[in-house]
Amino acid sequence: MHGFANPARFLRIARWLTPLLLVSGLLIAGAALAYGLLLAPADRLMGDTVRIMYIHVPAAWLGMGGWTTIAIASLVELVWRHPLASIAARAAAVPGAVFTAICLVTGSIWGRPTWGTWWVWDGRLTSMLVLLLLYFAYIALAGAAQKDMAAGTGGSRVTAIFGLLGAVNVPIINRSVVWWNSLHQPPSITMGQSAIDPAFLWPLLAATLGFSLLFGGVVLARMRALLADIQAEARLRRKAVSAEIGAEFRADQGADILSVSSDRL
Amino acid sequence: MANGFEVTIPLTENLDHWPFVIACYAIGIAGTLAMAGWSWLSMRRAEKRRDAIRGRK
Repeated sequence: MHGFANPARFLRIARWLTPLLLVSGLLIAGAALAYGLLLAPADRLMGDTVRIMYIHVPAAWLGMGGWTTIAIASLVELVWRHPLASIAARAAAVPGAVFTAICLVTGSIWGRPTWGTWWVWDGRLTSMLVLLLLYFAYIALAGAAQKDMAAGTGGSRVTAIFGLLGAVNVPIINRSVVWWNSLHQPPSITMGQSAIDPAFLWPLLAATLGFSLLFGGVVLARMRALLADIQAEARLRRKAVSAEIGAEFRADQGADILSVSSDRL
Repeated sequence: MANGFEVTIPLTENLDHWPFVIACYAIGIAGTLAMAGWSWLSMRRAEKRRDAIRGRK
């Protein structure tokens, strides 16, 4: 794992992997969504609204997956001081927040024809909303930590600790429909078992694969952008320091010449 | 049963499902494409800026 800690090696791999993940993700997710919208059968009870599942479920999994990525990267940053870990955590925050928002909005729209309401304050919906708010807080905290780091007055340890603490919410979301009574259905897919008919399951798995590849591509693109910003800032700072040293040196030389000439006088 | 006629009360509203389905697909696809496009463009911009600073004497 430490082999990938080298930013130069990471960039060598990310350069070809980023477009590959984005394009393959777009193609697979696009095909799965087209199949889900036009060809997959309607459900006996939910009718055509079951098609919302091919957007809503991958978005929910990636919303939780995004925070799991943040938590793992934060742990790696705190324990092993991996140079790319904090960048990976920050890069996963925006796509995680976007997928959580998509999950909440599509779930709310799905709730209206099936439950008769746009929103209920039950365990699943509330814990998912808390996840979105945690993402907003994390993004704000990471931005402030980066400014502190640039000013040399702080670091990203607070952000990493927040990333770890926020992970408590992920198992709560997962178990919420089991622990509390809810309008939301209990889990249909558990470890190695599925209560979903293959006619619905395969397009769902294909959509999840496509969105996961897109998520990976977006995380890599954001990591490259953050790394490029850090490298540009470091180079500008080095140039400013060397220019300052050069100016001081020239000023010292000027003072020496002045003192020599005044001695001669 | 009233006057020999069976009265059935529908448990669900008879809403057309397609506007809800289309709204979800539009939001999901637009959100994902906007995020992917913005990430790609901001990456290209940041790398161009870094390369320009590297090339500057």
